[in-house]
Amino acid sequence: MTTHDEPPDLGPPPLRPYRASLRRNLTFLALALVALTVVVATFWKKPALPGPEDFDPSSFTSPKFTDAVNKVDDAFAAAWQDAKLSPVAPAPDLIIARRLSLALTGSIPSLEEIRALEAQPEDERIQWWLTRLFEDRRYADFIAERFARSVVGVENGPFLVYRRHRLVEWLADQFQNNRPYDDLVQSLITSEGIWTNQPEVNFITVSVVQNNPDKKGPDEAKLATRVSRAFLGARIDCMECHDDRFGDRWKQEDFHQLAAFFGTADMTLSGLREDPKQPYEYRYNGMRDTERVPAKVPFQPELLPKTGTPRERLASWVTHPDNRAFARAAVNRTWAILFNKPLITPVDDIPLEGPWPPALEILADDFIAHDFDLQHLIRTIAATQVFQLDSRSADPEQPVTTEQTHHWAAFPLTRLRPEQVAGSIIQASSLNTLDDDAHVIRQIARFFQQNDFIKRFGDQGEDEFEDRGGTIPQRLLMMNGELVSEKTKNNIVLNAATRIATLAPDDLTAIKSTYLAALSRLPSPPEESHFLESLKDRKGKARIAALNDLFWTLMNATEFSWNH
Amino acid sequence: MSHHSKSPACNTPDHYSRRTLLKAGGLLWLTPVSDLLALDAESAPDPAAPPKSIIILWLAGGPSQVDTFDPHPASSPIQGPKSIPTAAKDIELAAGFEQTAELMDDISLIRSVVSKEGDHERAFYNIKTGYRPNPSVAHPSIGAIVSHELAGDGIDIPTHISILPNQWPGRGGHLGAQFDAFQVGDPGKPVPDISTEIPKKRQQRRLNSLDIVEKAFAQGRPPNLDREITLHNDTIAKGRRMMSSDQLKAFDLSEVLDSEKTPYGDTPFGRGCLAALRLVQAGVRCVEVTLSGWDSHINNAELQAGRVKILDPAFAALIRDLKSRGLFENTVVVCGGEFGRTPKLNALDGRDHWPHAFSIAVAGGGLAGGRVIGETDPQGDKKEPASPVAVADVHATIQHTLGINHETELMTSIGRPIALSDGKIIKQLL
Repeated sequence: MTTHDEPPDLGPPPLRPYRASLRRNLTFLALALVALTVVVATFWKKPALPGPEDFDPSSFTSPKFTDAVNKVDDAFAAAWQDAKLSPVAPAPDLIIARRLSLALTGSIPSLEEIRALEAQPEDERIQWWLTRLFEDRRYADFIAERFARSVVGVENGPFLVYRRHRLVEWLADQFQNNRPYDDLVQSLITSEGIWTNQPEVNFITVSVVQNNPDKKGPDEAKLATRVSRAFLGARIDCMECHDDRFGDRWKQEDFHQLAAFFGTADMTLSGLREDPKQPYEYRYNGMRDTERVPAKVPFQPELLPKTGTPRERLASWVTHPDNRAFARAAVNRTWAILFNKPLITPVDDIPLEGPWPPALEILADDFIAHDFDLQHLIRTIAATQVFQLDSRSADPEQPVTTEQTHHWAAFPLTRLRPEQVAGSIIQASSLNTLDDDAHVIRQIARFFQQNDFIKRFGDQGEDEFEDRGGTIPQRLLMMNGELVSEKTKNNIVLNAATRIATLAPDDLTAIKSTYLAALSRLPSPPEESHFLESLKDRKGKARIAALNDLFWTLMNATEFSWNH
Repeated sequence: MSHHSKSPACNTPDHYSRRTLLKAGGLLWLTPVSDLLALDAESAPDPAAPPKSIIILWLAGGPSQVDTFDPHPASSPIQGPKSIPTAAKDIELAAGFEQTAELMDDISLIRSVVSKEGDHERAFYNIKTGYRPNPSVAHPSIGAIVSHELAGDGIDIPTHISILPNQWPGRGGHLGAQFDAFQVGDPGKPVPDISTEIPKKRQQRRLNSLDIVEKAFAQGRPPNLDREITLHNDTIAKGRRMMSSDQLKAFDLSEVLDSEKTPYGDTPFGRGCLAALRLVQAGVRCVEVTLSGWDSHINNAELQAGRVKILDPAFAALIRDLKSRGLFENTVVVCGGEFGRTPKLNALDGRDHWPHAFSIAVAGGGLAGGRVIGETDPQGDKKEPASPVAVADVHATIQHTLGINHETELMTSIGRPIALSDGKIIKQLL
């Protein structure tokens, strides 16, 4: 990163931590507003962006960490050589930090954070940045929501016995503590009790059948589908009704025998419990009668423990270190979150018997060897050459080719998710870091604005990594919608352009600060001269208006709405 | 995007792609809409074979067939409402459909639609796409297929529109997000995000600046970046054309005479139907209008009658106006929900979900009127109807009458070709 003029002072400081869960409770929210005066008086302090509490750069240069990174790098280098391709140059650190913030917290870095990052030694920046992100509650919240989409979807489920937000909050706590992933998944599969006291039980109760006199309790078929897709990377749902039509790998029995592990899970007055008297029954195609289906796993039966309740046995089998499908599914999903594109598409359909891209196997090995440590996995992927590549070619005469994109020889260009776009608009126009520590009033504004925006932008639901272009309603929403308009009109309290106009000593600093706040980069020479011209001789309101136009322009650029 | 059989912007003539526009005259995509409209006039489609359109009235929640299009005698254990005679001999409708009844010669009923989906979300997917939900592929809804397959030359506004959508508006599925329905609320209110307070000159300055930033971003990236990958400037150009298009007036009912509005009923759904008519007249290929509230697990009779009261005038007025404006032969009208309701009342005088035999009404677009396909058991005992019709068959028939070959296969991103519909054409409706 080249040096640049110091961005202007960023004004009032953020406040002390305030629980994220507040946002969800309107009553509580009202109380918070009443208490605001007290809070402001108590916690106002000098500006300072805290660094990570627990950062040890030496741990990322030891062979224990670098071995897997080097192996992945070698595997891609070999693949590029075979395809007679050369990779593009590495991306600037700020762009890599932007990718990581978008992937792990759902918004771009603030100007304040950029300044802090640039103060770090160059070779430590990425791991330092990750340490900062992992210590930020936004990481836990955002990853929990994305993870929840793969394990329970976005549906609201049966209201009386399902509380999605409890599950998401519980997941966030697990991610914040970096609980080993195998352990986390075991809790979900074996959970028992009441959905409000034991949040993990919602993984099961989301499937509870309603309005069906012939069926009570959790839906075994739905649960088998979730387990196989989310945790094994196998889409065996079609086999609910017929044998595999695209190969002979799966039989209808495989599906129902997997479902049978959930047959004894039953709803009682004390919540979800095991009831051995409730076997799973199904009428197979071509059969006249339903039959009792035994609980069997579809592959590697030797890994299934002999003792325990059916769900305990299933959980051990799913997360067994030798059941590599489990590690592969986790690696492919983590890769997908970081790149916004899975290594194998679709994200939850990984061939059981290969072939797999070499990187998937290396990372799965490493993930298992490190006891299913998710943060370690994220750090490893982020340290690879392939993650740090630019998404463009440095030579305009030799643009990125389809072949290069296909072989990951350039970072993939993908459309951001609606909440990432919304989060970025709000972040770009605020300069300070809008993390969980931020001003409570801003948090409230952020939450409501974001929700309305996401609905209009078009929530992607569970199709998390669909490869799609932009739409007209999205462009109209960005050009004319309330959120962007609000952020780009003269508004003294919440508007970055106003603050930059007031605080930047000259036009060039103002332009550079705006570029860093919105696009995490400095303007190119043609951009610089264009916007210098647009600000020339403008004073007071006219200057603020021109800076608002600059913000509007950057927020409406492809670069803003796409991951690059 | 490379798997599309057509240009991703196929609801716009090729000469509007940003690239060709740039070739033609620099920043032509930033030129006033009046010029673009002039270009439209040059490329007007052959009037001899105008493409057809479709209006779908979705009755969300599961309308009860016995309370709507499939009444049974009062003496039957079904305990439905009274039935009334209609203009078509031997066809009766449930009481409440007095206006629709007069037009029964133009409308046909399928009383034996059979589905296997009894959950709202899955059933909606099924009824809108003609396919059962499948985790490995997202099927396009009928509206997306129609706007993908039929030209929309000279249209500044999206050719697939959803008025008053519920949670599941029509989606482009594997055809791409550009075929998702454009969603609008009550046509009594302005279309969202379509206007700006920013003066034209300032707006133009912003767009000129945007071009500088876009140029910087395009450096070192594939030449088909915008045309095939991001569609960014393409959608901005289309959005801007829409913002200043006269065709937007189709949404705006403020200047429509009361005498024209009143027959539809003073309801959001009624206004939606009138807007649908005006949008089809402007050249839009598919408009869906949703009327929710049919999920009558308790107190069925009252809830259904309340919905029918809103549906009947709007449905009838739509058919009448399509006819009087000469649009009926070129516009298919479909009216139905995701499934029906149990023939027998439950303990709370409600009716539960019933995908085994439910009704859909169709009219116009060259389909025969005054006919009935299938029959349900008047005693409400037998599940299976006579002459069952699969949901996919309804789709195949609609596509056929719209001039679309339903057997056309499109390649999906998972490398599997999928037919527009795998149903069979219902010959009795042609």
